[in-house]
Amino acid sequence: MEEDVETRKISSSFLRDHSYATEADIISTVEFNHTGELLATGDKGGRVVIFQREQESKNQPHRRGEYNVYSTFQSHEPEFDYLKSLEIEEKINKIRWLPQQNAAYFLLSTNDKTVKLWKVSERDKRPEGYNLKDEDGRLRDPSMITMLRVPVLRPMDLMVEATPRRVFANAHTYHINSISVNSDYETYMSADDLRINLWNFEITNQSFNIVDIKPANMEELTEVITAAEFHPHHCNTFVYSSSKGTIRLCDMRTSALCDRHAKFFEEPEDPSNRSFFSEIISSISDVKFSHSGRYIMTRDYLTVKVWDLNMENRPIETYQVHDYLRSKLCSLYENDCIFDKFECVWNGSDSVIMTGSYNNFFRMFDRNTKRDVTLEASRENSKPRAILKPRKVCVGGKRRKDEISVDSLDFSKKILHTAWHPSENIIAVAATNNLYIFQDKVN
Amino acid sequence: MFASVRSSGSRLPSSVELNGSQELEAPASLRCHDLWTCSPLVPECRLWDPVHMFLTPVVPDWPFYNLDTMFVRGLKRKCFDGEEDIEGTLAGIKAIPSYNLQRQSLLDMSLVKLQLCHMLVEPNLCRSVLIANTVRQIQEEMTQDGTWQMINTQSTGQASLDRLVSTDILCRSSREQAEGKHVPGYTTYNKDFEGDQAQDSSETMSTASSVQVPRNLQSNVWEMENPQENKGNFQKSLDQIFETLENKSPNSVEDLFSEVDNSYYDLDTMLTGMMSNSKMGHCDGLETFSSPTATASNSNCKSDLNELDHIVEILVES
Repeated sequence: MEEDVETRKISSSFLRDHSYATEADIISTVEFNHTGELLATGDKGGRVVIFQREQESKNQPHRRGEYNVYSTFQSHEPEFDYLKSLEIEEKINKIRWLPQQNAAYFLLSTNDKTVKLWKVSERDKRPEGYNLKDEDGRLRDPSMITMLRVPVLRPMDLMVEATPRRVFANAHTYHINSISVNSDYETYMSADDLRINLWNFEITNQSFNIVDIKPANMEELTEVITAAEFHPHHCNTFVYSSSKGTIRLCDMRTSALCDRHAKFFEEPEDPSNRSFFSEIISSISDVKFSHSGRYIMTRDYLTVKVWDLNMENRPIETYQVHDYLRSKLCSLYENDCIFDKFECVWNGSDSVIMTGSYNNFFRMFDRNTKRDVTLEASRENSKPRAILKPRKVCVGGKRRKDEISVDSLDFSKKILHTAWHPSENIIAVAATNNLYIFQDKVN
Repeated sequence: MFASVRSSGSRLPSSVELNGSQELEAPASLRCHDLWTCSPLVPECRLWDPVHMFLTPVVPDWPFYNLDTMFVRGLKRKCFDGEEDIEGTLAGIKAIPSYNLQRQSLLDMSLVKLQLCHMLVEPNLCRSVLIANTVRQIQEEMTQDGTWQMINTQSTGQASLDRLVSTDILCRSSREQAEGKHVPGYTTYNKDFEGDQAQDSSETMSTASSVQVPRNLQSNVWEMENPQENKGNFQKSLDQIFETLENKSPNSVEDLFSEVDNSYYDLDTMLTGMMSNSKMGHCDGLETFSSPTATASNSNCKSDLNELDHIVEILVES
């Protein structure tokens, strides 16, 4: 369990450490690649910043695997939809890595309307000795050339370049909320509020619509898709969650249009807890398969639930993230915080789950020991290599030292996006425009 | 005239100062300034207050204050004047618990949220759907309670409103109303609510009651910095909303569209207007009331709606 963690804050010239948050710098997605060597972040300004883990060196064992900026590029630009007279935000909603198949790295990044496949590659050699142009690039007069030479590759400073290889556009009427790479590594899906499309990486002018919940009469719309993900091993299976707190598992082999689910996961409502906000807080903001593929985890406003794929009528585990907010729902509705979409993540072995909360708190739940911890991602509270102190929120009148009362929570500091290294205990936590990386303390 | 609301953002105004320069049609004995106790369930208040009550919650910089305990506080407040009247009335309806007040303010808040959507960027469909579901839920409950029955029996010959038109209109962007375009991010709940309420023609929507709306709506409530023309347009559109509610015509949505000034969706001027106001928070929704020059017609909004969908489908397939 991660009681002792070493803290490490990324401080780079790109992620500016201002006390106020520049809107464009607000991090909107965080994702490790499949080996954990790279960490990608997307922000509201449409930029992607990739961090790479330093190779461990024997000379400096304490500088074990720090993450440094590897590449930065502008993935999406703001656009204007002339047909509807509406702006299309350039905010990166999701980044998903492709498994590495050669020396280059590939990732998908998406804003509200367009998905792009980016290739990130290194260049550390440069050809020299061209015949038709000299070293400055000026063309040489062919009549002046008296002998031929073969260009040779000479080393140069490492340059990381990102190029857009595919642009998948014009397939979504509504805002894309999820993308998910299939385990066949040939297809991926993109989900918006009402539809899910299946793409082939090679084909950009065509996509298949596999789920469509748009009613014939938009006046009857009461439910939207909030998240979707492919099964990690079965390329025919995927799940999608809805704003009514339900999860549907679909099998693409049954029909071309998967409007009819194979499994339907819903927990019956607790009548004693019913209020006007029941539906809003039951809306699922994130759904994630476990690495094993056996479980799915869902995040709604107040809880995280773990479901067994074989049992549809209720989750097997429910964890309260910040139940002290239950009595504050009206205020949270009024200031729109109740619509915040928190994400959740599994650790590599599926034994611990993590999700964010307010006041820059994030929570971890150990599924085996049933212990949980609240930690805070803030500059004041964590010095490099200091141990993160568990935090506690007190609800009652009596506040102990070091506890924070519910009314003192800062609801503008929310941790919506977190990521966990695929094999080690390294987590990345995005707090507004700052990225925090924490590592498990190793003696 | 309209009450200017203190919108300092530090608290919800517990009292609203009436601009004394003009008279309202208020019973002299009752000048209740307090939002919470002047609930729509108190019919005398309703005669002059409903617009004010509808708009008052729109304080642009609402901080996170303790709304959840305010409901309790609200009941304890007394009006500045006419205490006996209020108390008498309250005594008459003392059987109604704070739950109703809570529900009513939640309804008001939800309707306002639906209306104040960002116009330049497509709004969040999930959020709109959730808010609309909440509104529908409240409305259903109020219908079952018969709460609306009670209001209506005490109303004096008011034209009945049988639809939650405000939701329909408020769900769409105002610009969309003018242009008749269907922004996919929005849904129309028009017929849905009409169906619910068609049976009971005497139900009244408290926040949108048909009453003489003060003509010169002060847009300082919205903290707009738009030029004077914009205020006029805004006022005009809001007036139209209430006029149609008075008319209680099933086609009032179309009426609304047909009467709206066509002049304000010239792209350039609209963008200019929007850009200058892009810093507004909750008031973003009113950017569209900047006044451009006329271009298209909005008479056949519904067919445009289907056409747009069709065009999008073609584009997607191509």
